[in-house]
Amino acid sequence: MADLQVNFAGVSFKNPVVPASGAFGFGREYEKLYPLSALGGISVKGMTLNPKDGNPPPRIAETPMGMLNSVGLQNPGIDAFLEKELPELSQKGTVIIANVAGSTVEDCVEMVRKIEGSAVDMIELNISCPNVKQGGAAFGTSCESAAGITAAVRKATTKPLMVKLSPNVTSITDIAKAVEAAGADAVSLINTLLGMRIDIQSRRPILKNNVGGMSGPAVFPIAVRMVWQVANAVKIPVMGMGGISTAEDAIEMMMAGASAIQVGAAIFTDPYAPVRIIEGMNQWLDEHGVLSVSDIVGTVQPW
Amino acid sequence: MSYQQGLFPVLSKGNLAKNIFDAVIYCPAIAQEARPGQFVHIRIPSHILRRPISIAGIDAAAGTIRIIYEIRGEGTKILADIKAGDMMDVLGPLGHGYTMQEPEKKCVVVGGGIGVPPLLPVARHYGHHTTAVLGFRSAQAAILENDFEKAGASVVLCTDDGSMGRKGFVTSALEELLQSDTPDIICACGPTIMLKKVVEIAQRYGIPSEISLEERMACGVGACLGCACKINRDGKEIFLHVCKDGPVFSGEEVVF
Repeated sequence: MADLQVNFAGVSFKNPVVPASGAFGFGREYEKLYPLSALGGISVKGMTLNPKDGNPPPRIAETPMGMLNSVGLQNPGIDAFLEKELPELSQKGTVIIANVAGSTVEDCVEMVRKIEGSAVDMIELNISCPNVKQGGAAFGTSCESAAGITAAVRKATTKPLMVKLSPNVTSITDIAKAVEAAGADAVSLINTLLGMRIDIQSRRPILKNNVGGMSGPAVFPIAVRMVWQVANAVKIPVMGMGGISTAEDAIEMMMAGASAIQVGAAIFTDPYAPVRIIEGMNQWLDEHGVLSVSDIVGTVQPW
Repeated sequence: MSYQQGLFPVLSKGNLAKNIFDAVIYCPAIAQEARPGQFVHIRIPSHILRRPISIAGIDAAAGTIRIIYEIRGEGTKILADIKAGDMMDVLGPLGHGYTMQEPEKKCVVVGGGIGVPPLLPVARHYGHHTTAVLGFRSAQAAILENDFEKAGASVVLCTDDGSMGRKGFVTSALEELLQSDTPDIICACGPTIMLKKVVEIAQRYGIPSEISLEERMACGVGACLGCACKINRDGKEIFLHVCKDGPVFSGEEVVF
């Protein structure tokens, strides 16, 4: 048995596999299939200060080996999470990552203040949601605004702060360096890539929001490239995600420089994907004589 | 409500009409839990998203469920090629089905096209207290008439072109029926325009209705919030989700 435990930004994860925000709700639906304690952590559904309705349907479109979503951060609000979800969730024996997606800097600051005294283990500041009009990716597409919101949130929380980056930028490494300088303890990437599908019969976009975030295996090579670039540009740890659906994908992402990984769309194909990835990684490490999963991080040998 | 995911054998596979197929799957734990109106989420090889397919038959004793599906796109086309003996990756049973009242209550089921199959377990429940108003494009597209009759239902079959049964839409047949009969509940599944009309008619006659909705879906269990539908609950319009809160909703609360 290889050692799967990782220390990530000062938080101990029993293994490096975390269901990604938006793919796993608050865990309730998947707890009916397997114990949440099997997971390294859970990045919960992206939350806003007040409850949010999200975008009108259709919100989902399939693409070749991928999908688009335009859910638009439908969520019950931070107070409902802290009161109704967290008390139980924090007893499950897994790391709880609160995904904070406020529409203004002030909202995000107020949210992390509310989280400060709670059992949340880590904050994932979402500056990369492509599906909302205010906030979201608007924060994450310039170094100044990304650094500004990171600094403001940094001051308001003592919890480990991870910033989730958008791939829809010219240079993701510049954004990563900006949030590192502003006090982020870690970065997670990539959020979804902005995409679009059109129904050629009706000449209407499939998504009512016209455009949406693309995820799934089709984006995996882009995610690996960006994680590799960012891991080489910053000193803080990187949580890698984007199209991971097998243990081999997870190993590849870690070799690119991710210290831990998140699994999103793969859960829709196979609800057991996170636990199968954990088992598969363990097996791969044993077969290759690797004692600790952390030993593979960033070990790609570029030409 | 409990569901599970696994690989289950397909016991038989049939072709009910042009591009419409049925398969019987041996999955005892799912068959045990399944209720009328629920669905299963089926994995399609080389595709990211599963396909939600309503459950058209439940045989807990035999440990089987029956699904009926129409080729609508790439996914269902692949599903059309499965054969008896193949293994199918099924997640289910999922969703909130039709409210099953005492079997002595009078029920009218109204189905349009590929919306007809999930009403068959409802008809089985109410037996000869069921009137099934079933609508199809034409005689070639008509399915399950005998199954509904075997369940005890009196069937009113309608086709758009009059090639079988009554000529016209199920909604006019329903309206005519309600002029002389007062069922306790109307259960419907079919195209949105049909459902909207069924709810209007049901409300006009003061009969409660339950309708099954459809939406593009990802997780199927209520986690991703992809399959939103607008519902008026407690005087407020909110987005609920077809996979977990539905697919069956009270007709009065659906915002079309």
